[in-house]
Amino acid sequence: MNANREVLCMEPELTETPIGVATPVTPTTDTMPRRASVGRDVRNTVGTITVPNPRMEARDVNVFYGEKHALKGVSIDIGAKEVVAFIGPSGCGKSTFLRCLNRMNDTVSGCRVAGQISLDGSDIYDRKVDVVPLRAQVGMVFQKPNPFPKSIYENVAFGPRIHGLVNHRNELDELVEASLRRAGLWEEVKDRLDQPGTGLSGGQQQRLCIARTIAVSPDVILMDEPCSALDPIATAKIEELIDELSQNFSIVIVTHSMQQAARVSQRTAYFHLGHLIEVGSTRDIFTSPQHELTEDYITGRFG
Amino acid sequence: MAHPTEGHTVKRFDGELNHLHLRALEMGMLTCNQVRDALNALQQLDGGKAMAILDQDRTVDHMEVSIDEEVVGLIARRAPVAQDLRTIIAISKIVTDLERVADEAARIAGITHTLADGSRSSPGNQLLRDVLVMGRMALDMMQRALHALDTMNSAQATALIRERDEMGLEFQSAFRRLTTFVMEDHSNFGHAVNLVLVCKALERVGDHARNVAEYVYFLVEGRDVRHLHNGERERGVPTVRHDAEEDGDAG
Repeated sequence: MNANREVLCMEPELTETPIGVATPVTPTTDTMPRRASVGRDVRNTVGTITVPNPRMEARDVNVFYGEKHALKGVSIDIGAKEVVAFIGPSGCGKSTFLRCLNRMNDTVSGCRVAGQISLDGSDIYDRKVDVVPLRAQVGMVFQKPNPFPKSIYENVAFGPRIHGLVNHRNELDELVEASLRRAGLWEEVKDRLDQPGTGLSGGQQQRLCIARTIAVSPDVILMDEPCSALDPIATAKIEELIDELSQNFSIVIVTHSMQQAARVSQRTAYFHLGHLIEVGSTRDIFTSPQHELTEDYITGRFG
Repeated sequence: MAHPTEGHTVKRFDGELNHLHLRALEMGMLTCNQVRDALNALQQLDGGKAMAILDQDRTVDHMEVSIDEEVVGLIARRAPVAQDLRTIIAISKIVTDLERVADEAARIAGITHTLADGSRSSPGNQLLRDVLVMGRMALDMMQRALHALDTMNSAQATALIRERDEMGLEFQSAFRRLTTFVMEDHSNFGHAVNLVLVCKALERVGDHARNVAEYVYFLVEGRDVRHLHNGERERGVPTVRHDAEEDGDAG
């Protein structure tokens, strides 16, 4: 019926305009929030390294293994009652830095640490500092569960005993039970406390090691890939435990599982070839990181 | 920055993201065509063409569902983060808007079908003019939004987001003119109501185009800019300085 209807003001562009024809409108840049994007060649740390309530403060930490410069000017705070995750590829320095935090590198021959690291304001590398109590204050849980070849009870009781934290057997019993409960292991082992810790499953052994660490009331707990040898169920139990422990302790966790870092931590630090590249809230790091190297790593773009 | 869909060590992930991106663009082209066809059908009062648009709407609906299936699958299998996560979420949101654009096209086609049933007079050139002016503007916005999505260019998205609300202003003046037509001749009343509905549909197409641009901006820049300029727009305050320096960053 409309075959001969005249064409109105419809112009050819209605049918032929290619997508994206230039328009006279120019954009303005004010008030549009933009993401700071930092290029791959930049090695300064991006993001906020400080927290309002730090327990530990590391400043310009450099580590050398002989000639090798393994850690280059790392500065970061560990806040009270927070979980900080260190991520990065193998050899990036994250475990090296973790071991600086309770002077585990002292035992590595040829290793030299420069810079300042303090716990509650006092320098942990001061000559007067005794590393034995330091390592109780800053406890460590390793990749492979390493219970002592002793009974479950003795594994937990050992630390409080040598540090002189208890006076009576009753007190020790209570501390062992409390530590095992906090580590979520009590119900599973309460009837066999005299049996060897090495007889437990891998996940149970790891929780025993955590119980052993928290028995000496540390300020900070360092965890070096604590779940890499565990199945998903044991991993979930440890992650749940980390969440509970963070109500009382500061926790620093090194992990190769980015999803684990995303799940358990409030702050994330990304290391790359000895540099601390970016620090930020875990939420920001995993939704909108600023440094291209961080972006490449967490999205699986490995060079 | 790496192209949002490329550079993964796992190449198949690149392929999956590229596929998702292409599907969204394909759906965008389809919805653009729906709007264009709806306007042509209205201009020619072609009821048959209008029916074809209504049929085609189902294709768009299916595309929305199948693209969202891809989105859910990618989230489940790839656990995307950062740029990948933003790309996937933005595309999922974009296809929702695109589907609504197609709905608006179908609404226009429905009205055309009513107008074209022959029992009434045609609305006449004067009444149609406003509709077609708005139609061109809506299509232009959609095309620019899709181009920003195609190139993942935040500067182009910004241009569309910051632009003053020509569509809203045009709708208001069209409404005034249509009111005058009705006052001049009451027999125009039915047509005027239908054409106001068409104009409203086109105004919404423009809003959806702007939403698409906002998601593209989020995809590239990681910042959510929805609702930032609504206040200005509602008051009709121009939000673009035409003398501003071109924003040259391609993101």
